[in-house]
Amino acid sequence: MSLTVVEAPSGAGDPVLGRSLRQIVWARVRRDRVAMTCLVILIGLYLVAILAPAICAVIGVDPYSFDSASISDMGGGPVGPWGGISREHPLGVEWGTGRDIFAQLLFGLRISLLIATSATIITVVIGTVIGIVSGYSGGKTDAVFGRIMDLTLAFPFLLIILALSGVLTQRLTSLGVPEGNPSRITYMILVLSVFGWPYLARIVRGQVFSLREREFVEAAVAMGASKSRILFVEILPNLWAPILVYATLTLPTYIGTEAALSFLGIGVLPPDTSFGAMLASSVSYFSVVPSYLFIPGVLLVTLVVTFNLVGDAVRDALDPRAGRR
Amino acid sequence: MTDIPATDDAVLRVTDLRTHFPVRSRGVFPKTIGQVKAVDGVSLSVAPGETLGLVGESGCGKSTTGRTVLRLIAPTSGTIELDGTDITRMSAKQLVPLRRKAQMIFQDPYNALNPRHTVGTIIGAPFEVQSVSPPGGVRAAVQDLMARVGLNPEHYNRYPSEFSGGQRQRIGIARAVALRPKIIVCDEPVSALDVSIQAQIMNLLKDLQDDFGVAYLFVAHDLSVVRQISHRVAVMYLGHIVELAPRDSLYSKPLHPYTHALLSAVPLPDPRAQANREQIRLSGDLPSPINPPSGCVFHTRCFRAEDRCKAEVPELRELLPGHTVACHFPMFDLEVGTVIRGPQGEVSELDAPEVRPPSEVIADVVESGGLARATGVDYVTGPDATPPD
Repeated sequence: MSLTVVEAPSGAGDPVLGRSLRQIVWARVRRDRVAMTCLVILIGLYLVAILAPAICAVIGVDPYSFDSASISDMGGGPVGPWGGISREHPLGVEWGTGRDIFAQLLFGLRISLLIATSATIITVVIGTVIGIVSGYSGGKTDAVFGRIMDLTLAFPFLLIILALSGVLTQRLTSLGVPEGNPSRITYMILVLSVFGWPYLARIVRGQVFSLREREFVEAAVAMGASKSRILFVEILPNLWAPILVYATLTLPTYIGTEAALSFLGIGVLPPDTSFGAMLASSVSYFSVVPSYLFIPGVLLVTLVVTFNLVGDAVRDALDPRAGRR
Repeated sequence: MTDIPATDDAVLRVTDLRTHFPVRSRGVFPKTIGQVKAVDGVSLSVAPGETLGLVGESGCGKSTTGRTVLRLIAPTSGTIELDGTDITRMSAKQLVPLRRKAQMIFQDPYNALNPRHTVGTIIGAPFEVQSVSPPGGVRAAVQDLMARVGLNPEHYNRYPSEFSGGQRQRIGIARAVALRPKIIVCDEPVSALDVSIQAQIMNLLKDLQDDFGVAYLFVAHDLSVVRQISHRVAVMYLGHIVELAPRDSLYSKPLHPYTHALLSAVPLPDPRAQANREQIRLSGDLPSPINPPSGCVFHTRCFRAEDRCKAEVPELRELLPGHTVACHFPMFDLEVGTVIRGPQGEVSELDAPEVRPPSEVIADVVESGGLARATGVDYVTGPDATPPD
């Protein structure tokens, strides 16, 4: 796995530092040109999302203001070719309101990434902790967590989210989350995490099952290590590979799921928007202004594909038997 | 069991230890349907600075014994006294300070080290876990230990994957001696290494014993390895100790038929002696420890078994000084007081098979030209002059 040459104990005096997992993975990813390109794109997209207000201000667009000059008086269609692409509106305007699509895209990206990233972090934390505890404890604890996982996985996910969205969003508001879109966004994050963690927990549990039989765990017990040390100092570092891979592959799924849920109407409400909401509103005008559908569509595909490619590269880099080079 | 030579200051004393594993039926509501009697009534003691070898074939419970005395596996019954303290029923919390006194060296150096920790972290872990702050700091102590076990202290920040098997075993040994324990359970510490490395590790273990006065419970299946390092040797069969004796007494005068069979299976260096000597082949397989034979557990495969062996469990008794055996019909003429050699009970003058380190054996055979005669190749003057494995 390592590429460093091991010297004899009496070897020369220059201190050769061992490389940590992070260094090894980074060195391998860096040599993968596709992965590096995707990583740059991803970092760029995150930066754009974070800096969206500033970018919009510089270009002179904003996602909320109506521009009646850019739409026709009759039918509200955008004036000009390709959905009203002009100097004022780089990607055209929205049908009926004349709001700028470029600005909406940036703010939609912001919300999509916020939801997917938060949900992924929560999923990973819950899944990892429950997976480790369940796998290491075994017995009754494992059985209880196992049944909870089964139950969660057996739930008709989509139906429940759709049915409960109204009630639970209100409940969140009454718990102190600001009304409106903040509550709806929180609801989406919670729903994605609550239904997402069992998959990771299963993977982690299986890994822990085999890790806990390894003798280094026994050695830790023999030296008197506490259970939390064994779980989080001895075992957890051996789980980064599956966790990282799962996270990088889950995030794009969540972006897609968020888009689908917004499309179905439980996402953010206007004037805010997300990819799903934009796709949903563009469908009615597809035959007249196809660019309105394609622009968010292309960005969504880019986001999901780059995330997947980076995830694949990380998995390859983490797997010593990948058989590369 | 009064026959066990025991000093009062024994660092480890085990009395009538039993470790049984439940066998559960499959299904939603598993029921216990039997017990694997991995360790079934083992008594032994280890004096400070002593090495007690524990030998036996695979599945006889020797590793389980080693793990149970460290409370890595819960004992079913019996008592374990570590340095005068009964640890049999202690809770995990109560055990923590006592863990300093007893450590373990593992068989598989690839598995025994956390692949995600650096050597420094691995060897420093005992200090951290036990909240011991050595003078000069943990890093200095760890580098001292690394030098002591023959590792380059500059490799402090390396990962286990960057070391060879022998070096990894040294890391495991450094971790085990870090807190200067009184006893170390060595679970087949050299069986995963090749022969040349085995000798180095054995010498290291001996040196550390001389320096620190640590006692070893040395679990192994290799009789020659055990002979090199042990002061006393216990032979286990199916969860029982069948013979426990000072090393020389055991190897020269094996009293239990099972020990006799084990020793006769060790190959002799001289091909002619090997061809001529009488080997005892045990018939049948090791019986299941779930359902061990009645009476003496060895009677199903014993060449001296009689009806009494099926009914009565033999007690350990001392027939030679410090040499105890659990057998109704030991290889020992009780009236004359001589040792019997050979399965038919004849008294012969043949010496017990000699067990020597393989390196010596190869050197001898090569020197006498035996290998050249046997294979037609002259290894001494041949192009690469290397004897084959």
